[in-house]
This record gives sequence, structure tokens and C-alpha cells, in this order.
Amino acid sequence: MCLAIPGKVLEEFDRRGMRMAKVQFGGIIREASLDYVPAAKVGDYVLVHVGFAISTVDAEEAIRTYQLLEEMDQLTELHAPVVDEVSARKPQ
Amino acid sequence: MKYIDEYRNPRLAQSIIQEIRRIQTRPWVIMEVCGGQTHSIVKHGIDRMLPEGIELVHGPGCPVCVTPLETIDKAHAIAAKPNVIFCSFGDMLRVPGSHGDLFTLKSQGADIRVVYSPLDCLKIAQANPEKSVVFFAIGFETTAPANAMLVFCAKKEGVKNVSILVSHSLVPPSISYILQSPQNRVQGFLGPGHVCAIMGYREYEPISERYKVPIAITGFEPLDLLQGTLMTVRQLEAGTAVVENQYSRILDREGNVPARKLVNSVFEVSDRKWRGVGWIPKSGYKLRWEYRDHDAERIFEVKEIDTKEPAICISGQILKGIKKPHDCPAFGTMCTPLTPLGATMVSAEGACAAYYAYGRHLDKQKAEKAAEARLGGVA
Repeated sequence: MCLAIPGKVLEEFDRRGMRMAKVQFGGIIREASLDYVPAAKVGDYVLVHVGFAISTVDAEEAIRTYQLLEEMDQLTELHAPVVDEVSARKPQ
Repeated sequence: MKYIDEYRNPRLAQSIIQEIRRIQTRPWVIMEVCGGQTHSIVKHGIDRMLPEGIELVHGPGCPVCVTPLETIDKAHAIAAKPNVIFCSFGDMLRVPGSHGDLFTLKSQGADIRVVYSPLDCLKIAQANPEKSVVFFAIGFETTAPANAMLVFCAKKEGVKNVSILVSHSLVPPSISYILQSPQNRVQGFLGPGHVCAIMGYREYEPISERYKVPIAITGFEPLDLLQGTLMTVRQLEAGTAVVENQYSRILDREGNVPARKLVNSVFEVSDRKWRGVGWIPKSGYKLRWEYRDHDAERIFEVKEIDTKEPAICISGQILKGIKKPHDCPAFGTMCTPLTPLGATMVSAEGACAAYYAYGRHLDKQKAEKAAEARLGGVA
């Protein structure tokens, strides 16, 4: 579970003063904090671990690593439920 | 060579293996520290394609595996409380405590939720002000910045009903611990790439110097692992012992400075128990005093829980590189991923679970049958 997953920064936004982004991992889009990678911008590839980008990577590296993680069945964290206002209330 | 065709660059893989063979003059034992590396090594059969005499042993770097049974039992005790929403990464839900796992508890009505990120707990806490939201904050250094940010934001924004149950481990003290053991066999290390993406590798330099062991900070792709092994063997053959960075495309000596800074402001280093291994001094994190109001252990005052691990399990020796899964009489028979007896079988990144997932328990059965047949022949 210590492996970070590469994804592409699609758009940036602000939440609670934190720099957030929508990041695309293959066919899945999830949110991630960009607070730890101040230089990252839209279009860059970042390594994301449990909702936090921890490093930037080049596109070729990102695609290769993603495929490997997929083969190793290491992408399960991306399938965890999305917590929005409705699901935050309801027991799941 | 089963998997070598799957490599993106099989020719390069072959040339690295040939180079290791060319320079190697004697046997060496090298430990990969990170559970993700172990998984990749076993999946790709890397340990089996290395020249004879280069032995890879599998280290303690799986956070799910080394979370003590007592802590899992504490998590269960907290999760079972009526006013609690207990949140966790998915990996922890199937790990058995002394009395069943979190999934079972959930099926019995406890409000237990899998989250993608620790920050999800803030949203859940704000949407449920009458409940106490507890996050099971497990992990190595890679996960610490995420867990620290949850607590930092909760304090800053005054979200009082969120706390974390901390179970954080640190890699460098575990390496020192392994090297101090009188039974130690490990002569060189593949250091954990994604841990060092956060922490950098300064902390590994005094270890390398003090114990005279080469350490190559390494990624987890097959070519990374082969290259890290080559770097380590090259140092072992030359008699040098420094930290080298195989994974320089991702990390440098300083790591991620903003992440490290936040982690240090929220956590402080503490002694910690590792499942299967025991207490290792200064090998974990606890929350700093300023964040005590978000410390689940303080809030819930769960009693110390006495637990017993099965005597047959040798996971402690496996985590220290002294033994391999095949050396265990229970491996693949009494102990499987569905019925794990100890640390190295409870998560897919544990050495025993990885060996099992890629069919290596079958080798053991085959070898035993062959031995029986031979004995039968003699009789």
C-alpha cells in the first residue's frame, strides 16, 4: 500500500485553502491535494498516494508505471468510494 | 525465466543479469525492504532469474503486516462503539484481530467505512457532527504526510469530532534493528523508493556507514529491482558501503521537503511494536502533544489488550530475513491468505502472501511429495 499511482492533472481548484486537483488515472478521475508538489500544474503527471500528490513524473514514466500497477493489482485504492455530501451522511 | 517476455525491455533485463553474473565472485544476501518491491519480485520471478548465490530476502516494509495484533484489537474495540464512524484504508478490513475482522464487525452493524484518502474523514466528520469519526492511520513514511494533513486540517478548522488511531512505522530503525541481530544474514539493501520520495535518503547514510552495508534506493519495476541489485552487488564485490540512488527519476537526497515539514510538525518519533518482530526503539510516530485532542487512544482510553500469536508462525524471522516462507511448516497448509496465522500472510504485500499468490506453496508441496517418493523408494 506504499506504492503511489501516477495520474494526469486535469484541473486545479481550491478547497479550504488547499490546492486540490482532479487527477486522471486511466479511466478513473479522483481528487488529490497538490500541497506537497507546489510546482505541479495542469497537464503534468504526478504520483499520487492516498489522495496526495507526492512527486511529479514524466508522461512516459507515468504510463509505464500505471500499466505495471494494473498488472500487479495495486490500483484498489482508486476504487474506494467517493465521499460527497450525501454519502458522508449515510452509513455505507 | 517465466516472466521475462513480459518485460518492457527484456534485452536490458538480460544484460543486467549477465553483468551481475560477470562481476559476482561469491554468494550475497540482499534484502528488499518494501512490501511493494517484494510483491513485484515474486510476481516477476526476479529472485529466480538472478544468478545462483544472489539471494533476495524480504523485509518488514508492509504496514498492514506489521500493525500489531493489539492495535487491530484496539481498532475493533473503538469501531464497535455506538457513536463511532470508523474509517480505514481497504487493506485493513480483512486483517483478522483476536476476534474476527473489521468486515465482520461491519456486517454486525458497526459503521465502518473504506476511504480513499484520510481527508475524506474531514467531510464525514463535518456531515455527522453528533458522531465521533476515527481514522485508522497506518502506514510507513509514504503515508504519513496524508495522515498528518488530516489532523493538521482538523485542528486548524476546529473539526473536533475527528481523531486518528496511529500505527506508523519508520523504515531506517527497522534496518538498523535487522543489522544488529546476531543472526543477521543481510549484507546489502534495496531501499524503499516511495518512502524515500517523501523522506529522501539522508537517514540511510549513517546506517550504511556504521554497519558497512551498501544500500541502493530502488523503485519497484522489474528493471529497477534488477538495476538496484546490480548496484548493490557491485558495491559488495568492491567492498564499498554507501547509499546510491537507483530511483533518481523520482527522488533526490532531500525527498519532499513540504511533506516532511508537515509530518514533523504533527508527529514525533516514538518507540513502537512491530507485529512478529517486537519493540523497536524510535521506529514509529505518535501525535505531538498539541494534537492530543485528535488522538483516538487518548479519547477512547482503550485498555491495553493482551494478545497471543500462534507459536508455529515464523513471520518474525521472515521479516528479519533469517527465514523464507517455505521454511514454515504451516505455509500454504494451515496458513493461507484466507486463514492467515501471522504478519507476513495478512496482506498481499507480505512475503508469505506474495509467495502464495504466485503459486510458490505448490513448489513446496511438489518438493515434499518428491521427497516422500524418494524415501518410499529407499524403503
